[in-house]
Amino acid sequence: MSFITGVGLTSYGKHEGSSSLDLMSRAAELAIADAGLKRAEIDGILCGYSTVSPHIMLATVFAEHFGIRPSYAHAVQVGGATGLAMTMLAHHLVDAGVAKHVLVVGGENRLTGQSRDASILALAQVGHPDYEVPLGPTIPAYYGLVASRYMHEYGVTEGDLAEFAVLMRRHALSHPGAQFHDAITVADVMNSKPVALPLKLLDCCPVSDGGAAFVVSREPTGDARVRVSGCAQAHTHQHVTAAPRLSELGAEIAIAKAKAASGVAISDVRYAAVYDSFTITLAMLLEDLGLAKRGEAAARVRAGHFNQDGAMPLNTHGGLLSYGHCGVGGAMAHLVETHLQMTGRAGKRQVRDASIALLHGDGGVLSSHVSMFLERVR
Amino acid sequence: MSGEPVMADWTKGEPAIVYQSCKACGGLQYFRRGFCAVCGSADLGEHRAGGEGTVYATSLVLRAATPETRAHVPYNIVLVDTAEGFRMMAHGDNDLAIGDKVIAHFERFTGRLVPYFAKSK
Repeated sequence: MSFITGVGLTSYGKHEGSSSLDLMSRAAELAIADAGLKRAEIDGILCGYSTVSPHIMLATVFAEHFGIRPSYAHAVQVGGATGLAMTMLAHHLVDAGVAKHVLVVGGENRLTGQSRDASILALAQVGHPDYEVPLGPTIPAYYGLVASRYMHEYGVTEGDLAEFAVLMRRHALSHPGAQFHDAITVADVMNSKPVALPLKLLDCCPVSDGGAAFVVSREPTGDARVRVSGCAQAHTHQHVTAAPRLSELGAEIAIAKAKAASGVAISDVRYAAVYDSFTITLAMLLEDLGLAKRGEAAARVRAGHFNQDGAMPLNTHGGLLSYGHCGVGGAMAHLVETHLQMTGRAGKRQVRDASIALLHGDGGVLSSHVSMFLERVR
Repeated sequence: MSGEPVMADWTKGEPAIVYQSCKACGGLQYFRRGFCAVCGSADLGEHRAGGEGTVYATSLVLRAATPETRAHVPYNIVLVDTAEGFRMMAHGDNDLAIGDKVIAHFERFTGRLVPYFAKSK
């Protein structure tokens, strides 16, 4: 058994003058306080990476900085799937009795700590160094390739994809910590600057500064009892050139294994937190996970299905697309928001029922996947 | 590889597309390795591809990340399924569509030789 006992999240956007360690520390402090614990009670640390401040031992750098001497600590690197991969590992660590309270933390000053070009360049290196990177692709281009194929096979349009950007922005408007506070329309998305067609600027998540953290514990530490009921991973490839066909991507494999591990069915799910680095990522993952039929996710957005008051509220904080994306912390915000929803603490964003949640993260170019079910227990 | 010399390709500055085939299981691979990624056999043959293929996916890049690549904008990144049966990334004409039959030649991009596909016929 494992429980998410505390969560912490900074605002995303510009944190001028804050280092990656500063942002990690701020989020960690919030999460530990939320769990009702003291620093000294944390006996495990898992952290992600920082492209701004790369280090071969970031977890111990952080532990020393933060003032913790854990009995278990290391960094984890699975791109955008890192947050959920760390949570899965923390779940197994506490379940196995290796640690009692594992702090999972990610944070980076990716926006103000380096130029946007440097960020785009650093991320493009997920491509193959000999066979892809010399061609000058960017992360949006890798996903642009996937988008072109997905649109071709399933009849999805650019207007369909735009719906996801509008939905995420609408959700972000009710979160004061989100990077963006101006409403957008489908026309705004369609008219935004082309980046890597079919993806345009508003189809892409921003680069942000921010930090997120949670505590995963063997036993609940308070009344907020959110249990990890099951999780699973799948890794089918690294480079888009080597990706399997669209019907064989890792999301479907991971979710099938997570369903088996937890005994939860998609029809049980009341809240969804799904990785949304680009509009196409969200559209594809919703359909791969079974939250919409193939090619029909956009229609469900238009019908209000994923709204705060819809049948399946989705990324109510605004997701990567509009809350922001600071690297590892980016998708961790999805889990923080899920926890707030599950424990009735989401304020004006609160949904009616978030008793069972599905979370899904993706790293690389749909390369690495983690699916996870969380359950509120009384 | 069986001690055979490595065939130079565009990644080494030669105007050629090279792939490997496994003599044990028949698997094809485009990313060069010393073994077959399907079965692990080290008994590989290397071949020059004919350059014909079909467009699998495209993305026209208008926002590049470096001054060197920015000078080429817009450029079309394409995935091509080759006639030989492996998939590769390359550049292509800006108006290529999925399903187009294409043929490769080589162009300069940021001072390097890269495979470039145009419609065949």
